[in-house]
Amino acid sequence: MTATEIVTPPAPDPGAAPPRRRAALRRLGRSPLGIAGFTVLAVAVLAAVLAPVLAPYSPSQVHFDAPFQIPGTVGFALGTDDLGRDVLSRILYGLRASLLVGLLAIALALAIGVPLGLAAGYFRTLDAVISRFTDLMLAFPFLLLAVGLAAIRGPSLGNAALALGIAHIPGMIRVVRSETLRLKNLDFVAASLVDGASDVRVLGRHVLPNALSAVIVQATVAIPQAIIGESVLSFLGLGIQPPDPSLGTMLADAQQYAARAPWTAVVPGLAIMLVALAFNLFGDALRDALDPRSTR
Amino acid sequence: MRSYLLHRLWQSAVTLVLATIVVFLGVRALPGDPAAAFAGEERDPASLAAIRERLGLNDTIVVQYGKFVLGALRGDLGTSTRTGIPVSQMIGTGLPVTIELSVLAMLVAIVLGVTTGVVAAVRRGRPAEWFANGLALLGLSVPNFWLGLIAILYLAVGLGLFPASGFVPLGEDPLANLHHLVLPALVLGTGIAAIVMRQTRSAMLESLGADYIRTARAKGASPRAVIGRHALRNSLVVVVTVVGLQLGILISGAVVTERIFGLPGFGKMTIDAVFQRDYPVIQGVVLVTAAAYILINFLVDIAYSLIDPRIRVAGAQT
Repeated sequence: MTATEIVTPPAPDPGAAPPRRRAALRRLGRSPLGIAGFTVLAVAVLAAVLAPVLAPYSPSQVHFDAPFQIPGTVGFALGTDDLGRDVLSRILYGLRASLLVGLLAIALALAIGVPLGLAAGYFRTLDAVISRFTDLMLAFPFLLLAVGLAAIRGPSLGNAALALGIAHIPGMIRVVRSETLRLKNLDFVAASLVDGASDVRVLGRHVLPNALSAVIVQATVAIPQAIIGESVLSFLGLGIQPPDPSLGTMLADAQQYAARAPWTAVVPGLAIMLVALAFNLFGDALRDALDPRSTR
Repeated sequence: MRSYLLHRLWQSAVTLVLATIVVFLGVRALPGDPAAAFAGEERDPASLAAIRERLGLNDTIVVQYGKFVLGALRGDLGTSTRTGIPVSQMIGTGLPVTIELSVLAMLVAIVLGVTTGVVAAVRRGRPAEWFANGLALLGLSVPNFWLGLIAILYLAVGLGLFPASGFVPLGEDPLANLHHLVLPALVLGTGIAAIVMRQTRSAMLESLGADYIRTARAKGASPRAVIGRHALRNSLVVVVTVVGLQLGILISGAVVTERIFGLPGFGKMTIDAVFQRDYPVIQGVVLVTAAAYILINFLVDIAYSLIDPRIRVAGAQT
């Protein structure tokens, strides 16, 4: 597995970093798809944060007199489910949980993956150990990790985020490692070392800032995967537990009534897709902006 | 070549040993008494003591681990606490279903992914590229289990084109078997197709810009030959690796797909075991999957190094 290295073109002079980033932002601002993705994301995040204000009902409030209301019914813009719970309110709260799990998972992957990746790329002695560790983690597909965690610690939002976070650590380590391997051989790192800078200082001041673009791109790719992963886990009953709303558990419930109330299956799926699509559009635009030579 | 082979073999062996330790310790990390967990409903102290003795829980942890590994090597993965059937036998029944589903899904992914990837690269800047890119983006963003639900709702239940759930073994009736697996394979394959498409496209774009393509064109080779014989063949190296690296996604995806379509495979068995707290089954499934994953990754690396000799050199150096 050490066989595949990501080949990245050499970075320009690091002294030019700030203007380079400003130029990247300008390029990002000129990408219509990137702006569209960013807008949808901003709306989704706002809706999730403001869910308690925006939701017409509590997500678990049942209306036994109004089950299976079709979307557009007065009072229930997106209809109701088998228990008469408001689909719109549940989507807003579900979105909240999905984004939270996605961000927590990636925060964990960053917190562990970036330092390990830097260490593996910079110190040859640590590389073998960390690479074996990466291989080991890759041997457990994320769903098996989640299965194991659910078996040991019980299913919950936190354990879903933990499993998804662990699953994204190897990818993060690899990206940071290959960036570090490339950067540490550049002249300005050698110059800094000759100048008497410590390894930690070189890593923190020179390697990490220049590897940041790759890290950001990797994170934007990983977040939508984690969000979809959360919905998978909750759908299987390994993530967020009912009655707490989650887009995945909504789909699991809908499976039984889909023929009678298709919107209960269609709407939560569309919500997941829209958020993932927005992240992917934004991520693609970001990658193009940070590396104008990339062909995606 | 031989040194690279030995190097990779050694790496894989180390990873495998570490994986057995993780699985072994994972079961010991279960809350409460492992004997109680293995006993299931049984709560009688005498039988718990018997189980503890039978499981060897009175031995030191190192001896326990040794016994666990020796048992696994002999194909003894314990017995399901729910059904009383040996775990290895349960895996033996579920695995063929999952393998068939995975192979079909991979086929879908490769055919769809490579075709759209080539089209996107060749028709760069034209509507066809936008269309192919859009499809890939959708494929990456759609949760495939949701696609499965929708497919069942509209294609199976609504139009009655496919069975909504169930399974017929390949040996019993190959046509009915295929009929049951078309939707699951399409659903599982499309997500991976998106990843294959993107890699094929960027590899093709790189190939098409290379000097030997210009040479081939200058020699008067037909566009078809240039694309098929030269550019695509060289891009396939990348595609092979990408396909190999999707195994984790394939295994995870198969679990969900089986669950939705009610296929009696490995994945369904795993999820059922979690909810029934059938720890020997969970342990066996995790161990077998990890071992299979390590083995397949090893084979992919070897295949890759056979296709592209440069990898061997780079691999032996790190």
